[in-house]
Amino acid sequence: MIEINNLHKSYKMGSNSLHVLKGLNFSIKEGELVAIMGSSGSGKSTLLNILGMLDEADSGEYTLDGVPIKNLNETKAAKYRNKFLGFIFQSFNLINYKSAMENVALPLYYQKVPRKQREEKAIKYLSQVGLKEWAHHLPNELSGGQKQRVAIARAMAAEPKVLLADEPTGALDSKTSYEVMDLIQNINDQGNTILVVTHEEDIAHMCKRIVHLKDGVIVEDKTVDQVRASQYV
Amino acid sequence: MFSRDIWKEIFETIQKNKLRTFLSGFTVALGILIFVVLFGFGNGLINTFNQFFSNEATNVFMVFRGRTTMPYKGYKANRSIEFDNSDLEDIEKNFPLFLEYISPRITRQDTVSYQNESNSYATWAVGPAHQFSEMTIMMKGRYLNVSDINNKTKNAVIGRLVEEDLFGAKNSIGKYIDVGGSSFKVVGVFQDDGGDNEERNIFIPYTTRQLIEKNTDKIDAMVIGFKPSIGYAGAMAFEKSLDKFIREKKYINPQDRNGIFIRNVADQLKQNQQFARVLQIIVGFVAFGTIIAGIIGISNIMVFVVKERTKELGIRKALGATPKSVIGTILLESVFITTVSGFIGMLIGVGILSSMGERLEDFFITNPYIDMPMAVIATIILIIFGGIAGYVPAKRAANIKPIVALRDE
Repeated sequence: MIEINNLHKSYKMGSNSLHVLKGLNFSIKEGELVAIMGSSGSGKSTLLNILGMLDEADSGEYTLDGVPIKNLNETKAAKYRNKFLGFIFQSFNLINYKSAMENVALPLYYQKVPRKQREEKAIKYLSQVGLKEWAHHLPNELSGGQKQRVAIARAMAAEPKVLLADEPTGALDSKTSYEVMDLIQNINDQGNTILVVTHEEDIAHMCKRIVHLKDGVIVEDKTVDQVRASQYV
Repeated sequence: MFSRDIWKEIFETIQKNKLRTFLSGFTVALGILIFVVLFGFGNGLINTFNQFFSNEATNVFMVFRGRTTMPYKGYKANRSIEFDNSDLEDIEKNFPLFLEYISPRITRQDTVSYQNESNSYATWAVGPAHQFSEMTIMMKGRYLNVSDINNKTKNAVIGRLVEEDLFGAKNSIGKYIDVGGSSFKVVGVFQDDGGDNEERNIFIPYTTRQLIEKNTDKIDAMVIGFKPSIGYAGAMAFEKSLDKFIREKKYINPQDRNGIFIRNVADQLKQNQQFARVLQIIVGFVAFGTIIAGIIGISNIMVFVVKERTKELGIRKALGATPKSVIGTILLESVFITTVSGFIGMLIGVGILSSMGERLEDFFITNPYIDMPMAVIATIILIIFGGIAGYVPAKRAANIKPIVALRDE
């Protein structure tokens, strides 16, 4: 599903150049649930941004579902993001003046899905994350866990190839974190490919594979025995 | 770009961001409102101005007689110049290219009575052409005509207020009034924009007046209308050669400043027009300034709106919004708000102007108004510039990397 080959990225800081990613190679197959771990500055967010087409690599190859991702302009990137990727952010990033349902329906709006279908689909995904009753509430009427579940429903709504989660539990207490991870595991069980960036050990071990980044290189790439989050809920 | 879905999205955004909508709408509406009202007041000023000066035709010379102050060709100084009927004919014969009409004028003050009512009025003995120079408007009956002049008829045309004074509510046409001892038949009633004084005049044929005054052929003054097509320069040239012609005929020293006087309305008109033009320029300047202020106001609001929405735009971009759709949404939203509130402001302004009417006349503002096309054009200009002002920050926002926009708090 995801193939990266000798990926380099550096940032210019004045006269200095900061080499963040130093030739990464790995691949992710369909249906995997991968945790990318590393301390801050290890390059994990940069990697996620590149995978999410929010940023571009200096060199190297990146193939997503057989499509080579290169020379993107903003319009093309936007279309690919919409078609291939669903984002889950640490700070939820819901649009605060739109109801839960409208937030979930937004990616479908950019897919030019007719309104009726959009709303039906949004309700469907909201009930999958257990928030059907909250469909018409605004984000600020929801708890942190509920917000993240709305965000997950939104990421799912466009039926993307890959879900990218950037510290999805970073702003949540541990109980809520496990609830969210339970949801992510369930989505993965349905066959969705998910990438989770985290620095929490316990969250990482709820994935099936852990990729450890340090100073821009992969120092460890192992499959782990998945800890089911449901047992903590 | 104009699908129903986009508009629904925009309406929702507008509805749910009421304060922002209100602020930008209010600025635009206020800008247009002030523009319309100011411009209307300016027009009201010009109206007042025109009212002062426009109750007479502008293509007219008045030729008055005077007394010479210099001896010339064997004639002594201090000689009274007189006009007579032959002067009318001579001028008509010599200036066919310039002349549109000519009428003598003999002004007298007479006691005029009908039955028991009587009063003193100015009687103007004139020719038919006099109607054009004074822009006399007939309410009923007719003006003096050529046959009145030729037959020296005792017909009179009286002013609206003369009729009111002497006849009350009764109809005066066909009745006989006594003018300075002679009986005249009323053939017409006129009104005049020049005000009450002008409507207390009585016109009679000049030939009749001459007959009453011992069959003289003397006249007091001449009213000469020139062809408007000769323009300002033509009028000046005509005045000059007319002056020369009369001086030659009456043996008046060309240097003598008294002898005769020609009052050229065209000359006055030009000065008046210049003054009106200056007024118009001032009004235009103020209006232009208002529009500029409005544009700056919208620009500021657009910068603020885009800044406030940076994060939202980042989210939208992460979810698959193309730069085009981001710009489109912002622009359509702002253009929609500007259009609606701009036209609301315009209508309120027009409403205020039309409700003013005569109320501000004490401040020299009469019937303030704005031409609808002018108001609409100003509104459209504001909308267009509002759009341009919105485009720049929208474009910048659309090109921010979503990851940067998302970090914005």
